[in-house]
Amino acid sequence: MSKNTEIKRHRQERMLNFGIVIVSLLAALIIGALLFLIAKGNPFKAYAVMFTKPFTSTFGMTEILVRAAPLMFVGLGIAIAFRSGILNIGAEGQILMGAIAGAAVALAFPDMPKIILLPMVFLASFIGGALWGGIAGWMRSYLNVNEILSTVMLNYIAIQVYMFFIRGPLIDPKEVSYGTGVPQTAVFSKNAWLTRLIPGTRLHTGIFIAIVLAVLVYILLWKTTIGYRMRAVGIEPKAARAAGMNVKAYLLLAMLLSGGFAGMAGAIEITGIHHRAMESISAGYGFSGIVVALFGGLHPLGIIPSSALFGLLIVGSDMMQRAVNVPASIILSIQGLVILSLVSSQNFLTNPRFKEKILKIFDSKSKTRNLKKGGRA
Amino acid sequence: MIQEFIVGIILGGIPLSVSLLLAGLGEMFTQRSGVFNLGVEGIMMLSAFIGFFVVYTIGSPFLGIIAAMAGGALMGLLMGLVSITFKASQGISGIGLFMFGWGLSGTLFRVYVGGVTTIKGINDIYIPVLSNIPIIGPILFSQNPLVYVAYLLVPVASWLLFKTSWGLKVRAVGTTPAAADTVGVSVVKIRYQSLVIGGVMAGLAGAYLSIAQAHLFADNITAGRGFIAVALVYFGRWKPAGIMGGALLFSMAHSFQRLIQVYGINFPYEIAVIIPYILVIVVLAFTWKSQSLGPLALGKPYDREFRG
Repeated sequence: MSKNTEIKRHRQERMLNFGIVIVSLLAALIIGALLFLIAKGNPFKAYAVMFTKPFTSTFGMTEILVRAAPLMFVGLGIAIAFRSGILNIGAEGQILMGAIAGAAVALAFPDMPKIILLPMVFLASFIGGALWGGIAGWMRSYLNVNEILSTVMLNYIAIQVYMFFIRGPLIDPKEVSYGTGVPQTAVFSKNAWLTRLIPGTRLHTGIFIAIVLAVLVYILLWKTTIGYRMRAVGIEPKAARAAGMNVKAYLLLAMLLSGGFAGMAGAIEITGIHHRAMESISAGYGFSGIVVALFGGLHPLGIIPSSALFGLLIVGSDMMQRAVNVPASIILSIQGLVILSLVSSQNFLTNPRFKEKILKIFDSKSKTRNLKKGGRA
Repeated sequence: MIQEFIVGIILGGIPLSVSLLLAGLGEMFTQRSGVFNLGVEGIMMLSAFIGFFVVYTIGSPFLGIIAAMAGGALMGLLMGLVSITFKASQGISGIGLFMFGWGLSGTLFRVYVGGVTTIKGINDIYIPVLSNIPIIGPILFSQNPLVYVAYLLVPVASWLLFKTSWGLKVRAVGTTPAAADTVGVSVVKIRYQSLVIGGVMAGLAGAYLSIAQAHLFADNITAGRGFIAVALVYFGRWKPAGIMGGALLFSMAHSFQRLIQVYGINFPYEIAVIIPYILVIVVLAFTWKSQSLGPLALGKPYDREFRG
């Protein structure tokens, strides 16, 4: 095969991958339309509102990015784990542990200058999430505990630990003295606030941090030895072991990084949006992050647009709720459908016979096109 | 005092064990056939709603249970379509199924019911005379009818799995699918059947939660019981009696935790609530050696064209 046709084949394969991802999104939306009918809503109107209304106002457009930032963090972390062959379902808990660790630092050093305090909060959140994810990683590596089950259990535990802290040791003293007892911490000093970019909206600098990190993850996974080894462990652990790689250590590392990224999503929420740690801070980002990662092809540069798309869906579903009167929670089941159709389509991508068939159709089309132009096939 | 406390734990624990036991037995068949269905939680949520809704509108608990089981069967078929026919990665598809059931049950509840509403559902029965015996009377002879059903299903499941030719096929398909295929056992058919059984059982477990235990539906009513049920199958080494033991252990831990709060023992509420979940992790960590005894082909989609 000449180099030219090889490049062409590569390009066709990429197009095929992209096409299949789009087709599975459409399939999920079509089945989702049935759900809207069952929930007594007009699916056409609902989708129209969901996909267009956020673009009609500054608020809507900025909210997409506000939602995309934590999704990108979580999605990147999940992609690192999945690429290394470990399924991290525990992002929801890791977000909470990151948030509480970050909040503790923000509350402990209110007078620290912003340029030092914010990185410290993010570092604390990274460590909080990394330790929480690391528990599951360590148990998978050294005790052979199924990481899916352990991360799920750690989610339920994290919720309670988080609530324990914001109800007890870290509760806002005002809530105690007024006797209201709302479980939330005091508001952070302004030194721990991410800068707001547009007055009147919640858009903050977190989205830039997320994009920078996406590029860094790309470099880590594809341009460094560590990343290469992590991917090797994910593709074929036995071969990686035979090549002398410490598979267990790389699995643990992947879970530490994965949890750390989810933890930083918690930092984004407390420093960028709420300026305190409070109940229900995560809004399901831990699970939506799985969809974001899969939809982005588990590739950092695919996760950037993917998190924007699912940010749009989340903002759009809130607006849809008011317009069509169908609860926004329906978006959760549509995300579930997206996962189901995405993983179903993977079979077509990995089945060489099927792939050959499709690529042949591409080939024959380009052949006829070339013949018409009078070129040689 | 001590005796009263222990009886209290057992009395509270038995009802809590039913949903774990039912879902765990179903998942046992699924995993024995080689499919790892992590979506049990989602199936339970959706069927808990379906069962509740039928009782809420029609008033018949029997029809509610049937509808919930049918819903569970459909969810099992959906999982089969994704993981058997399309050969998708089973761990991730289970999460998809979970999110689907979670979102759908919450949405339908808000659209068709709105707020918290209690239903009559199925109440406990008191077997005359026997239920008056001290200690064992309340424990053994005044439970919900579904409790007896669930525990009767333990020997039934054991018989089905180890004494019938169908059970043999299930085990064969989960261990060496290629060999089973060679002797004419349809891997696809047996796996679909096992997934549907798992779905029906998870459906019954969900219906038990809303119709018999809580007498209402609430978002997240299952609170992770579906995931615990999956873990129980590992804990019980893919055997009905082991799963029953695990279900009892976890529900007793849960009951213990509740009783601490009832007795007003000074212990942080949040720490008490996490006891059962921590127990799952600890038990998984200590039973890892037995995990190699599981079905060999667990989690591996079977592809005739690539059988080795």
